[in-house]
Amino acid sequence: MTEVFTTRRRLLAATGATVAAGMSGLILPARAAGLAPTPTMRGGANNYLPGAPIVERIGAGGFWMTGTVRRAGDGAPLAGQRVQIWAHTTEGHERDPESHGATLTDANGEFRLEMPQIVPAFGQAHGHLAYEGDGFETVFLRPVMASPNDTTLHADFVLKPV
Amino acid sequence: MLVWAVLAITICVPIAAAAASPLLAWRQPVYIIAGFAGIAAMALLLLQPLLAAGLLPGLTLQRARRIHRWIGGALVALVVLHVGGLWITSPPDVVDALLFTSPTPFSAWGVIAMWALFGAAVLAGLRHRLRPRLWRRVHTALALVIVAGSIVHALLIDGTMETVSKVALCALVLVATLKAVAGARAWTIKRR
Repeated sequence: MTEVFTTRRRLLAATGATVAAGMSGLILPARAAGLAPTPTMRGGANNYLPGAPIVERIGAGGFWMTGTVRRAGDGAPLAGQRVQIWAHTTEGHERDPESHGATLTDANGEFRLEMPQIVPAFGQAHGHLAYEGDGFETVFLRPVMASPNDTTLHADFVLKPV
Repeated sequence: MLVWAVLAITICVPIAAAAASPLLAWRQPVYIIAGFAGIAAMALLLLQPLLAAGLLPGLTLQRARRIHRWIGGALVALVVLHVGGLWITSPPDVVDALLFTSPTPFSAWGVIAMWALFGAAVLAGLRHRLRPRLWRRVHTALALVIVAGSIVHALLIDGTMETVSKVALCALVLVATLKAVAGARAWTIKRR
């Protein structure tokens, strides 16, 4: 579903760009500069551990955190960006260092990190993500799972250059 | 006798059902204790309006009110344990809740109910210094805030409480409170 959404968004952007380019003749339109940066969510930074290591997988895995990182304005995918992920899972509390791990985005600005199953804590099954890097303003996200039985969770970052 | 049996079941079943929650396997003792302090408080809350209004058979109003005061004190202790335990489990989440900046809407309801409970308890200590009518009105108003806040708080949480027993307990707390308030002299005096 995520893939479809991303593709559709790209298709729309591409279509819009083509139409605009056709009308203006040459230059990529300034209208694409409208992609707003993602604001930090309430409580997103709770139990954040600055500089958590990049890992292959958090714990024994079984659950997938996925997402994209793009640049505000033109929406260009950002490769090699560091995203930290943590949650209350079947293997530990949010505060435990073992519950934290970081990963990097690929050439398409996409990331996915396997982690233990997220379980409801503090009233909601939710995850935490942080963009941590130098070129853009820090953003903390706190997506909530539609159902505690979900085995994936998705979050998109649109970053504002510093 | 039937009333007491229903009460015992309504209080014990939600606690027992929560004790069987799969979520407990993934929580540390402090977090578990904090959760059960909240559940126990919710269950004991059912007794408060019934005792205050003298609706329980076999108890004189005087005796019922004395028990009401003891349970009121227990509720304060349980809520302190609840918030304290959650604080140890995840300090920033509790700070957010107390400052009304939490992303979870149920937190605010819980915090409102907590302050109303503390207010009602302090007021109970000052009872003999206040005019009876004023005391009753304010204490009853705070009781309504406690009940409404606690019910919404509990219902919005996806936690260790089992849904059916939780909803049933909340419904009974609401009915007991409305019945007690409807029959309370605070309002009849007001009308005279």
